[in-house]
Amino acid sequence: MKMKNSIALVLIVMFGIFLFHIYERYQTQTALNKTAAYYNSKAPAETGAANVVTSIVVTYRGLDTLGEVTVLFLTAMIVGYILRQRGKAKTPKNTTSEILITAANILIPGSIILGAYVFINGHLTPGGGFQGGAIIGTAIGLMILANPIGNIQKTALHYIESLSGFTYILIGLAGLILAGGFLDNRILPLGNLGELFSAGAIPIIYSLIGLKVGSELSSILASINETTNNTAKS
Amino acid sequence: METFKLIMMSTLALVMIIAAIMAVSSKEMPLAILASGAISLLTSIFFLVLASPDVAMTEAAIGAGLTTFLFFIILRKTEQDSHENEK
Repeated sequence: MKMKNSIALVLIVMFGIFLFHIYERYQTQTALNKTAAYYNSKAPAETGAANVVTSIVVTYRGLDTLGEVTVLFLTAMIVGYILRQRGKAKTPKNTTSEILITAANILIPGSIILGAYVFINGHLTPGGGFQGGAIIGTAIGLMILANPIGNIQKTALHYIESLSGFTYILIGLAGLILAGGFLDNRILPLGNLGELFSAGAIPIIYSLIGLKVGSELSSILASINETTNNTAKS
Repeated sequence: METFKLIMMSTLALVMIIAAIMAVSSKEMPLAILASGAISLLTSIFFLVLASPDVAMTEAAIGAGLTTFLFFIILRKTEQDSHENEK
């Protein structure tokens, strides 16, 4: 035990020295680098999105976002596979306190609407598909916590997830045919900067990502909740 | 203004360190989970002050929201299972 502690101490000290070196050399940048300057000056005109971060995430680096969504999809699938349910689990009694149930009933609809608001306005305000999806996932988590014996329709979640993922790819391919390249947002008119219906396909793509992320996180939480401890008994 | 910001950030950092110690050393599991959620929430305030609201939102939604709920669901799950095994 003492050996373990001293190793941990040495690691912490080394990490501290490492961080101190970074801190010592740190200088605040006074100008944007070349790529950032390009994005900052050209992004609103080229993509029509008021939020430059969103225009980078969805359009310029759209392929990376597709990769992130794929990673999350694989995670949800693997969690669902490992925690899959053989046979019917007996349902325990709902022992949740009345306070949590009442608070959850008030908070859940509002949280889901907030999540939808965040991803629909992804091209105007901070936030977007991932954040909105995570807020929706949190709302579903609260639902599970308040009513653990309730049944969540995982089939519906899987359909939403697959359909939005498929449509996302189709929009990307439409960009290849109708506009400049894969996931180009100019397949729809860019509109006026700062309006809800602007920035071409960005609001649609971000809404699809939001739905996909939200349903994936919800299905992960639902499969964790539904699993029973089979390994301990066998 | 600059000093006010410095004092505010130092206070937040101090609270973060206290929350981190609480998360590691607390014997009560729900308290530890809440403390680790509080660290994420304070981190998101730091990101907001550093002028990156998108990252701040991600941190608040995933770190403070989703992870905390995930831990609570799992905590309840493990407690239930251990009760079942005792019978």
